[in-house]
Amino acid sequence: MARKTPEINSSSMADIAFLLLIFFLVTTTMDVDTGIYKKLPPIPEDEQLNDDVKVKKRNVFSILVNRNNELLVNGEVLSISALREKTKEFFLNPQNLENLPEKALKNVPYFGDVMVSKGLISLQNDRGTRYETYIRVQDELAAASRELKDEKSVQKWGKKYAELDDDQKAAVRKYIPVQISEAEPRNTGGK
Amino acid sequence: MSKFRKDGKKDLPAISTASLPDIVFMLLFFFMVATTMREVDLNVDIMVPEAKEITKLEKKDLVSNIYVGVPMRKFTKTYGTEPRIQLNDQFATVADIQAFIASERESRKEELRNKLTTSLKVDQYTKMGIITDIKQELRKASSLKLNYSTRQTAE
Repeated sequence: MARKTPEINSSSMADIAFLLLIFFLVTTTMDVDTGIYKKLPPIPEDEQLNDDVKVKKRNVFSILVNRNNELLVNGEVLSISALREKTKEFFLNPQNLENLPEKALKNVPYFGDVMVSKGLISLQNDRGTRYETYIRVQDELAAASRELKDEKSVQKWGKKYAELDDDQKAAVRKYIPVQISEAEPRNTGGK
Repeated sequence: MSKFRKDGKKDLPAISTASLPDIVFMLLFFFMVATTMREVDLNVDIMVPEAKEITKLEKKDLVSNIYVGVPMRKFTKTYGTEPRIQLNDQFATVADIQAFIASERESRKEELRNKLTTSLKVDQYTKMGIITDIKQELRKASSLKLNYSTRQTAE
């Protein structure tokens, strides 16, 4: 008769396995897809093409990006890092300057009757512009928009825009309508 | 001989298998960690640009990906070094995008079809020309939800 080997106590095996499992669960980074979300405008109907909405020049914040990744903002060369401040100034227009966008009296829920900027961002890029530059411009514009919204919501509720509930967000969006319109692509000067 | 076998009649003790699950677990973990889930094999090199104001892309099953980048080295002989579009596993041209969107829609349930988002995974050094073309095609296919895939800027 064989002598029995003493059974190894395996009750702690589960603990070790769990420990490992938890370790890997915590340290594993799932690759999350992140990005800048945009909604494309639908293709305009043919008859609309020539009937573009006329917008006053002072209400348009025109950004042109050329093939050397340089910015021309309302006729002057600007670096990307200065774009955010410029955008905020454009929408706020604190001194009601002549060359910055006009404002219209609007009733916004929570805020009451307020002056809302009629400004509009128009973005146009060359076919030779680098994608990275395009994303940086989009990013700066999004940052400017978020900072403006944060400012208003902190004033009103003492909270950042991202922490508001849906109704409040909609109100802030109505107060600060940041519209980015991308020009219909034009083929000028080839590729 | 007998020096080593003090008790010759004894059977060999059975090897304890108590540690076998551990080994299996370890192997399992190794593969869990080493495996990266990827639906398609990339044929193009992509380094997406960085951005700060990013949102997470939720509902991954409602996302169709369009990859744009320079073909990997093994493909440069046949496809050159200019940025190319990749749909699913193959190289494609701008003209293929509408068909691709249609087939992506086809593969989803009917009530989810208009919720599809297109994620553009584009290399940062690509020129905007090709992207403008893609955007025009997406508009023609009336797939208007678009996501520019970016990395989070390191603070």
